[in-house]
Amino acid sequence: MSAIVSPVREPIVTGSKTYHQITEDICAPTEKAPNLMWVIAFGVAVTLMAFGVFCILWTIWFGIGTWNLNRTIGWGWDITNFVWWIGIGHAGTLISAILLIFRQKWRTGVNRAAEAMTIFAVLCAALFPGIHVGRIWLVFYFFPVPNTRGPLWVNFNSPLLWDLFAISTYFTVSLLFWYMGLIPDFATIRDRASGLRKKVYSVLSFGWVGSAKHWQRFESMALILAGLATPLVLSVHTIVSFDFATSVIPGWHTTIFPPYFVAGAIFSGFAMVLTLMIITRKVLKLEDYITIAHIEAMNKVILVTGTMVGVAYITELFVAWYSGYVYEQFAFLNRAFGIYWWAYFAMMACNVLSPQIFWFKKMRRNIFVTFLMSIFVNIGMWFERFVIIATTLARDYLPSSWSYYTPSWVEIGIFIGTLGIFFTMYLVFTRVAPVVAIAEVKSVLKSGGDQYLEVNKKEYLEVMENEVRKQKKQTVDA
Amino acid sequence: MENRNILFGLYDDEQVLMDAVREAKEDDLDILDVYTPFPVHGLDPILGLAESRLHVVGFLFGCVGALTAFLGMSWIFTDEWPMIIGGKPYWSVPAFIPITFEITVLFASIGMVVVFYAVNGLTPRTHTEVLHPRITDDKFAIAFDTSHATEDEIKQLKSFFERSGAEVHIKE
Repeated sequence: MSAIVSPVREPIVTGSKTYHQITEDICAPTEKAPNLMWVIAFGVAVTLMAFGVFCILWTIWFGIGTWNLNRTIGWGWDITNFVWWIGIGHAGTLISAILLIFRQKWRTGVNRAAEAMTIFAVLCAALFPGIHVGRIWLVFYFFPVPNTRGPLWVNFNSPLLWDLFAISTYFTVSLLFWYMGLIPDFATIRDRASGLRKKVYSVLSFGWVGSAKHWQRFESMALILAGLATPLVLSVHTIVSFDFATSVIPGWHTTIFPPYFVAGAIFSGFAMVLTLMIITRKVLKLEDYITIAHIEAMNKVILVTGTMVGVAYITELFVAWYSGYVYEQFAFLNRAFGIYWWAYFAMMACNVLSPQIFWFKKMRRNIFVTFLMSIFVNIGMWFERFVIIATTLARDYLPSSWSYYTPSWVEIGIFIGTLGIFFTMYLVFTRVAPVVAIAEVKSVLKSGGDQYLEVNKKEYLEVMENEVRKQKKQTVDA
Repeated sequence: MENRNILFGLYDDEQVLMDAVREAKEDDLDILDVYTPFPVHGLDPILGLAESRLHVVGFLFGCVGALTAFLGMSWIFTDEWPMIIGGKPYWSVPAFIPITFEITVLFASIGMVVVFYAVNGLTPRTHTEVLHPRITDDKFAIAFDTSHATEDEIKQLKSFFERSGAEVHIKE
């Protein structure tokens, strides 16, 4: 069988794989002892995580005073990290939901890992508002639960509460979507395993056997969940941007924030996906499933979203000037040339200038350049959030309360700790679950496998020829 | 499930499977189920499966979510504990939109996923008998229930499998 695929499409599964080989290749990492590189990486990640947990406990024990926040700058690294992690999460949903709706077949190679990344990143993000409240034992005040305080409810008009709802919904829906996709693949592992492993995967796979009706419902649900997740993911970062945009601080009070945050989120998320995928494909020997074509496609997304972010930065500056509002103008002048000028220029260099290298096909297809760029973008997007938060707060309305902020070791430790948590979870994930969606790759093999390229091309040309003939006939008939 | 005899044939390719299913349908053979390692497009109409109604479930749950969130917030802020926030009216509808949207999506997704598992009979404790370990790998199966089949019927099924190029197995 072949499919009607345009011959300009590159193969997305190389190495002339059969269905069985796909199973073998992708299940292999979960079935053998980890190699030395994994053990070292895991050791490092767990150490960082332990240090992070220590710093969190330190914060909880001694209070927020251990951070260098002050009267003027009430949000620092904590909210910067929160927004950064949430943004990283967005790429997973974009790949699995939006690209599903757009029928982008290359998504099958990276969606599983990207969704896992989303879940871990959102977990890291959710940590920050939790500890930032200071008295974490009162964190249940966030939730609209009937209580003995009046009953006093939460403020449903506050963007901070919208954020809580957005992030918890986003986490739940991503988790459901991810797990649903994992079920058939867990069944594949179950049927290859024996002993205790078989029992564990029996439970995880929910007794999936691949019945035709189940598959039909599965696909139907995947499509609807994707349809729900698409507006959801856009809403999440829109609401995150509302945390700033609905305030009356010059530099934050900007209507461009929602689209600009969403573009930035996708931008940074794809960078993190690339960072992870470039290592994963090498270490787990999945180069045939996550090919250069995949990397190039993602680099194109980086180029587009990076440029969108650049346009947003410039629009902000333009609008500040055009508004004729001196406080707004000062806020942006201060952002670029004030005390935090270095952060602004790091952001501009990493987010706007450096992705322009991807106009060149050679660069898009170069793994080393891509990896380096993905790190740049991660850094740049972190700086973007820092610039928005810290520089704006440092110079507020009253020059007498102007201030400067540098993080304390506790704040740095917590950020490093979340990196540890993220990588620990990701490393565990690569050992217990298939990193590439097995069933989905199989379903695109005949249209995207390299051995079907010639067959598909022939089919395509035949179909096109028939179309042309039909049209000619119609013209003659007319 | 006791004393159930299942006769099934394994195919190597989804196209061969589809042709076989079509043939079985033409011969009026009573297919128990078809098992595949991945969703095979175009199989549902041949098998005569009705379109899934999960989207209706999603829509209904979404409506419940939207109403819960919107009516809940309206009740709390107008009746239960009215509060003046930023000089806005108690019933400040635009400010309720984000949460209403999030809860709509949350209810629709959770409801749909729960219903999906329920109607498929999939739970962590489900232990469905696996006909063949390669079905979740690279084999495509057509299964017939032969518990009450006569010799002739079994013969007919076997010859069907032979004709369509399947590897025949029996699971008792």
